Amino acid sequence: MGNLIYNYEEAVALILFSVGFVTLLFHRNMIRKLIGMNIMDSGIYLFLASMGYIYDRRAPIVEGGDTNPVNYINPVPASLVLTGIVVSVSVTAVMLSLAVRLYERYHTLNLDEIYAMSRRRSEHR
Amino acid sequence: MTINPTKPTGAVKTMKIRDNIKKWLAYDYDLDAAPVMPDPVEPDVEAPDISFWRSLRRRGAHRALYYVAAVICSIILASTLILTVSGMPRYGEDAEFMDTVTYEYLAHGMEYTGAVNIVSGIILEYRAFDTLGESFVLFCAVTCVLVLLRIDDGKDDVSLPCHDLTGDVILSRTMRALIPFIFIFGIYVLLNGHLSPGGGFSGGAVLGAGIILLSSAYGEKTSGKFVTERTFRIVTTSALLFYCVGKSYTFYTGANGLHSFIGNGTPGNILSAGLILPLNVAVGLVVACTMYGIYRMFKERRF
Amino acid sequence: MSFIENLPFLSVVVFLFAAVVCSVLKPRAARAFTAAVEALVVVFSALTLFYTYTVGEPFRYNMGHFDAPWSNQLRAGVLDALAALAFSSVLLLSHIGGIRYAKIDIEQKKQNSYCTLLNLIGAALMALSYTNDLFTGYVFLEILTLSSCGILVIRRQGRTTLAAARYMVINLLGSGLFLLGVTLFYGTTGHLLMEYIKVGVENLDATGEYSIPLTVTIGLVSAGLAIKSGLFPFHTWMPDTYGTATPTSSAILSGIVSKGYIFLLIKIMYRVVGTGTAAMTAACHILYVFGMIGIVMGSFWAIKSKYLNRMIAYSSAAQIGYIFVGIGLGGDAGFRAAIFQVLAHAFTKPLLFIAGARLSEASGDSQAFSALQGSAHRSRAAGAAFAIGAMSMVGIPTLAGFSTKLYFAIAAVEHGTLVDLATLAVLAVSTLLNALYFIRTVIRIYTPSPAPEPLPTFEPSPDKHDPGLAAAVGFAAGILFLGIFPGTVSSLILTGLSMFG
Repeated sequence: MGNLIYNYEEAVALILFSVGFVTLLFHRNMIRKLIGMNIMDSGIYLFLASMGYIYDRRAPIVEGGDTNPVNYINPVPASLVLTGIVVSVSVTAVMLSLAVRLYERYHTLNLDEIYAMSRRRSEHR
Repeated sequence: MTINPTKPTGAVKTMKIRDNIKKWLAYDYDLDAAPVMPDPVEPDVEAPDISFWRSLRRRGAHRALYYVAAVICSIILASTLILTVSGMPRYGEDAEFMDTVTYEYLAHGMEYTGAVNIVSGIILEYRAFDTLGESFVLFCAVTCVLVLLRIDDGKDDVSLPCHDLTGDVILSRTMRALIPFIFIFGIYVLLNGHLSPGGGFSGGAVLGAGIILLSSAYGEKTSGKFVTERTFRIVTTSALLFYCVGKSYTFYTGANGLHSFIGNGTPGNILSAGLILPLNVAVGLVVACTMYGIYRMFKERRF
Repeated sequence: MSFIENLPFLSVVVFLFAAVVCSVLKPRAARAFTAAVEALVVVFSALTLFYTYTVGEPFRYNMGHFDAPWSNQLRAGVLDALAALAFSSVLLLSHIGGIRYAKIDIEQKKQNSYCTLLNLIGAALMALSYTNDLFTGYVFLEILTLSSCGILVIRRQGRTTLAAARYMVINLLGSGLFLLGVTLFYGTTGHLLMEYIKVGVENLDATGEYSIPLTVTIGLVSAGLAIKSGLFPFHTWMPDTYGTATPTSSAILSGIVSKGYIFLLIKIMYRVVGTGTAAMTAACHILYVFGMIGIVMGSFWAIKSKYLNRMIAYSSAAQIGYIFVGIGLGGDAGFRAAIFQVLAHAFTKPLLFIAGARLSEASGDSQAFSALQGSAHRSRAAGAAFAIGAMSMVGIPTLAGFSTKLYFAIAAVEHGTLVDLATLAVLAVSTLLNALYFIRTVIRIYTPSPAPEPLPTFEPSPDKHDPGLAAAVGFAAGILFLGIFPGTVSSLILTGLSMFG
């Protein structure tokens, strides 16, 4: 099993990812799907953050003009996470407003029920 | 020789088949069933998976199926990913192959970008195109939310009731004490992005949250002094345009090997790091306005 | 450095700029401005294509003052420029072709938001065509997803909201997998630029280090992009999405948005992983199988559906299947067929949607086949345009669909024996099925209506300024070009593929 014993943090992050993925795929409730998506994304960000961490090193903010790279952790994952978080915030906002619209129209958030209701109203034309 | 009427001969069979094909090609079965211009109310039959789901649901079995599928799927996914992790480089150790990129950022980042905070330097100079895209993701999201939720003509679906906290004593008293600190902290984070942890997105988020709190404690009249639709439009548009133009200038001069007139200043000073400070301010304004705009859309469905 | 090398960068930035400006313009001005910007980018892409083809090698464009492994980078070769040209011209034609319906379907105050979203789609597609950086690819992928959700849901009728919810869920699954894949690429090679990842991947492949993570990464990226583009088991959002959106949106979503994802996938296969890697080959085989199933099932459901737009939508599922079969066949021939199919479908499907919208308008806004009978006589231009599109889908010679099927057959014959046979069989069956439902529809719309005056009368050309006809002519010209000069396009594609290496 190689490095699993050392990489427990990354393993936890990816378990979170799969929990979120499955929630997003299989839950029928719009809000739970949304929560699943956020768990999934958080899993990825945690994975990135743990990938960049190096023992006994500081955060990448230069102190006292010390530009020796072996004193700092990897800054790239941090910047990717920063970008990714904004993306998932945006997606969350859009999904939430979709949920509001769906609830106003069908008075439920269960996608199966919404689908059945939409068929009954024969909206698909 | 007699022909058995119940058992059609080959010729009759062929004719029947030909008839059926003709009918099918001309959609006759459809026309026969309904008057000349049928009003298609009947649910259409297609996508067999859906009718399969419907039959399952009638028996209440779909829920169980979802659970089983979810459990199997998550076990497979999680075990694959754990296997992946066990083959990855060790946690907390310096992987050599990453150093080509990383060490350059750490060793020369401050010198080349003027930013003490290396992460700020990366997202606003080295990988600025990503960050430009990221601001536009935010812009895209707020446009989508406006499209989805905005009511203009008033004849739309009834909007949902919303719990209103305006005039709540505890909230308004607490806010009176907290508001100055929230705004000062937001501005501090915004302006110190190149010197310390922080930057446009985090500072803008703090500012936006401050405006939202203000609006929920004192109502729209008070927060309207800060952000109306007009200011929302003006600030978002001009900040994004400034971002677009400023960054395009850097990209253009950089790629064409021209000298940029923007200097880096002394690293560590508040007025340093070239475009990073103004861009952080622009991004912060966009984020604050966007957050407040989204909040208003959810609460009131209009500005 | 020639000025033309700035054009890829300018194509992206001009769209972004126009998106911001459109959000404050009046609807009429916003429409005109958007169309002008789209036309400008068509010119930019054509110039870039010409330049890269004459120079004979791709060029790189650093985004900023820093050099390759440290900064974002764009890269333009013949294939990137060809994709950008196809995407931008289809965007322009779909936009002006559906303006008439966009005016009706979209509230007055949201017209400029629609233009903003179209510009954002343009920017995202340009960035996906030219980007040399995987994470930039992810960011613009998300812009593409969000803005296509926006152009879908902007029409407030029928089940657009439900369709958008399903579309977003499927797309978010795909994005999640893709982002994790990009992260793992970074974690095993330490780079985000395509060439540098490729070097890293080749080293790892040679030494056998990190073999499991690498395989999983390739699987995640391929699965994510395949899900986003609507490969077989994940195509269920298609009929609702394409069937209920306003015609411009349907045309853009089916014609170019899904192709943007596929183009990124092809790029990753060539430029990040290398087609020779064992894991890549395995991933291609899986995509091949799903593509085959998708072709047959898509055609099957298209035959069963009773409404025109849903039939066209299900046929999209089949056409996406074709592309993935091409990718699965592998080799230059397979990828040539896949890319040719991307181009052919990008021009044909929007034509069908826009002509179909006009036909249904001439039949009292009904999409049911029974109502569409004789509609080609009520709207002659739309009937002719629809017939051209349908014939191209079936694969009549001199039209784009024929060349596509020819290249698929060539790719299949070059391959091994069993795969060869299976592909040819599926190709034959699907052509037959295509012919069944498309020719049936054409016959249907040209059969005179049974009732003497079936509908409240329809004026043949009520709006003098409707540029729908011009758009249809543009699409038809594209289809004819791809059908009559397949050799030119094929040599462009092959040059582009060799530049990918």
